[in-house]
Amino acid sequence: MTTDSPVIEATGLGLSYGTTRALDGVDLTVPAGTVLGVLGPNGAGKTTAVRVLSTLLRPDTGTARVAGHDIRTDPQAVRRAIGLTGQYASVDEDLTGTQNLTMIGRLLGLPRAAARARAADLLAGFSLTDAADRSAGTYSGGMRRRLDLAASLVGRPQVLFLDEPTTGLDPRSRTEVWDVVRRLVDEGTSVLLTTQYLEEADELADDIVVFDAGRVVAHGTSDELKHRAGAQTLAVRPRERSDLPVVLQVLEQVTGAAPAVDGQGTASVPVRGEAVLGTVLDLLTTRGVGLSELGVRLPSLDEVFFALTGSPTAVPEKEAVA
Amino acid sequence: MTTAVLTPPPAVPTTPTLPAVQQALTLAWRNVVKIRKQPEALMDVSLQPIIFTVLFVFVFGGAIAGDWRDYLTYLVPGILVQTLMFATQGIGVALNNDIAKGVFDRFRSLPIARSAPLVGAVLSDVVRYVTSMTVLLAFAVALGFRTTQGLPAAALAVLVALAFAMCLSWVFVWIGLTVRSAGAVQGVGFLATFPLTFGSTALVQADTLPGWLQAFTRNNPVTHLIDTVRGLLLGGPVAEPLAWTAGWAALLLAVFVPLAMRAYRRRV
Ligand SMILES: Nc1ncnc2c1ncn2[C@@H]1O[C@H](COP(=O)(O)OP(=O)(O)O)[C@@H](O)[C@H]1O
Ligand SMILES: [Mg+2]
Repeated sequence: MTTDSPVIEATGLGLSYGTTRALDGVDLTVPAGTVLGVLGPNGAGKTTAVRVLSTLLRPDTGTARVAGHDIRTDPQAVRRAIGLTGQYASVDEDLTGTQNLTMIGRLLGLPRAAARARAADLLAGFSLTDAADRSAGTYSGGMRRRLDLAASLVGRPQVLFLDEPTTGLDPRSRTEVWDVVRRLVDEGTSVLLTTQYLEEADELADDIVVFDAGRVVAHGTSDELKHRAGAQTLAVRPRERSDLPVVLQVLEQVTGAAPAVDGQGTASVPVRGEAVLGTVLDLLTTRGVGLSELGVRLPSLDEVFFALTGSPTAVPEKEAVA
Repeated sequence: MTTAVLTPPPAVPTTPTLPAVQQALTLAWRNVVKIRKQPEALMDVSLQPIIFTVLFVFVFGGAIAGDWRDYLTYLVPGILVQTLMFATQGIGVALNNDIAKGVFDRFRSLPIARSAPLVGAVLSDVVRYVTSMTVLLAFAVALGFRTTQGLPAAALAVLVALAFAMCLSWVFVWIGLTVRSAGAVQGVGFLATFPLTFGSTALVQADTLPGWLQAFTRNNPVTHLIDTVRGLLLGGPVAEPLAWTAGWAALLLAVFVPLAMRAYRRRV
């Protein structure tokens, strides 16, 4: 394995539960040391993908290599390289924080003292030292999540799977989990995380794949995705309001669409790509129109997401009209 | 965080079986911690021997044997085994719950022996079996029961029963992993256990039964175990029922360990 080969490389993963096609030919790649965000609505197949890649489920079709090992033929080697934090915290509620982590250290072959030291280390790193000797059943949602995360790190995994790590957390706990993920990535861990929150993918992920109904419907950085979804808006505001008719005329001439004007005298028109920007600028300069604003606004990741997954609920009214 | 603590020690895993044993013991420890935290989990195995003894000795005793003390003597080996049979079912319910809660997902994502969580569960159930037998013997002794064969033989009786229970528990491991809900596990468990425990020599001698039932009773593994325990506690033939018991135990292991492992691999 060379250092620059991807830590996760999946091709054509397919899996059905009865007649439900949970994964329908999924390809994805995670370069070493990066974070891949798997974004998708409920039921898109995110959890199934995580379970397949972490060897809990065997795919019906396709295969994947994780940390250089085939998930089908050498799952045990994959397990040695990964950490998994599932969608639902799998900490043992009857055990204390220390006991939960010590147990995993022992299972991984650490001698008793080393397992205890590792547990104490991780509990400190996740601000759980005060609660170390309390049953995990008494923990808050955020603490439980952090303990679950700590549990997946006992073995120092090279690749970490996080399935909706912040769903159901309050904003402060969410930021804490984000900080932990960033710290791990700084230390060289590669991460695949699933999320329903665009903000989370935007914050943490180097690359994003958008899942819908078991398929990858889009793939790229968050900027690339925003570009690809189109529906960018070209906005132009002349310095003198009297130049507005000229601006409107030029915009219509270049884009073929009728511009809208807002209260501040900004003319805006939907465009695809930024290429028109130069043309518009040239034409307006030739006509001697001074500008106080000229730019192409990308759609928010939210708009992209809902455009791609076709979820009707979140298309805002004003966008639909424009 | 220091790396020295984080790197697994390279010297420890020498033979491949040793880690598997260590892992199973670790998971057994987990279950024992849970029992210690919730002692009411042992309520069934503590009360059942007392309830069974009281019911059978005082309700049926007079009618069956004339004197309840004689019947108590006959009955103790039977109730010991019978309550043990019911105690083995708990493992199916516990495993089913663990899976439903997602705790096993973590174990399955770790590089540990596939068998470790199941073997760990079977090992930790020793606590339940020992509780059940201790309560029964203590209660019986309080009522006047005495072994005639000495303490070493009595200890052997307990060990044989314990070993058999651990082999039998694989049946319930399998059922617990195969049946969907914990409630259904209990239902299936009782269906399987009732004919075996009551169609045995636990309560009455085989000769008193109609012919067709005698055939079942005489070939019932539970009868062999009860006869072994009875021989070791009260005198009588031991070698033959013990051989049968060992044979049945081996058969149970040979059939249900692979079945349970296969169900575990499939069940998510
Ligand atoms: N154990 C299961 N049995 C049957 N269907 C399932 C099971 N798990 C998931 N599914 C179905 O598979 C699809 C993908 O589910 P999942 O991977 O959990 O999606 P996500 O994590 O993106 O919400 C959904 O339609 C879901 O209902
Ligand atoms: Mg999910």
